[in-house]
Amino acid sequence: MNSNQIEKKIVLNAPLERVWSAISESKKFGAWFGVEFDGPFVVNSPMTGRVTPTQVDADVAKLQEPHKGKPFHIFIVEIVPLKRMSFRWHPFAIDPNFDYSREPMTLVLFEMSEVEGGTLLTITETGFDELPFERRDQAFHANDGGWSHQTKLIEKYLALANHMS
Amino acid sequence: MNPRTIRPLLMAPVFSALGDPMRLAIVADLCKNGPTTTVRLTTAASVSRQAVTKQLQTLQVAGIVSSCRKGRDRQWQIEKLKLKEACAFLDQISIKWDATLDRLRRFVEEGPQE
Repeated sequence: MNSNQIEKKIVLNAPLERVWSAISESKKFGAWFGVEFDGPFVVNSPMTGRVTPTQVDADVAKLQEPHKGKPFHIFIVEIVPLKRMSFRWHPFAIDPNFDYSREPMTLVLFEMSEVEGGTLLTITETGFDELPFERRDQAFHANDGGWSHQTKLIEKYLALANHMS
Repeated sequence: MNPRTIRPLLMAPVFSALGDPMRLAIVADLCKNGPTTTVRLTTAASVSRQAVTKQLQTLQVAGIVSSCRKGRDRQWQIEKLKLKEACAFLDQISIKWDATLDRLRRFVEEGPQE
């Protein structure tokens, strides 16, 4: 982690087409992620589904079991076949006793390319500094409109936090 | 509330306030040199006192710094807990992604071939 975004890179020992289908086909996505969607992913559309234990990890499945059936929402932003897909969501919103509807949504981007040994997948999650709509007026006032600087500054800031610990 | 609940709403003002080079420089100064006055921060930043005060107020609204009067000046200090909370928040999500990607890896590498 080196910014106010989260970035993950992983080389998967599988062909690009296989990785793409695991991410872009809602049924396959659901199989590893642990959610059952009501239909295929469609751009500019809200997708509804329900938490269902993952099929690839028995231990995780056990942890997901108590949340089984809980509603799960994402909003598909972009699908570019074999290259990238992005969606907005409430990050890992699995607390059944909490209403996430007023929380801001972050943007998750999956990008992939062919590399030696398989497929390089990069996931970035951004938007942690975005306030929900009803609180923006207040924030704009406080910031004097300083929204233009959404740059990668947390690296320094994490170093600061370490510095004082 | 469940400690596992990830609430961007609580952290967004913090990330938003830190997303500005001048404010971050002020935070860096306070971390490095400890509590200090508006006058000294103004000298260090080589901008107007008004500009520095405005940035400090934004940081204060976000809970990143706090202040108290010191004679005719004001003394500012870092709210360490708030900064650490922000780090922990991103860590929490980062760890969840690691686990999630591990499941994807197993799905595409070991799952049934088509």
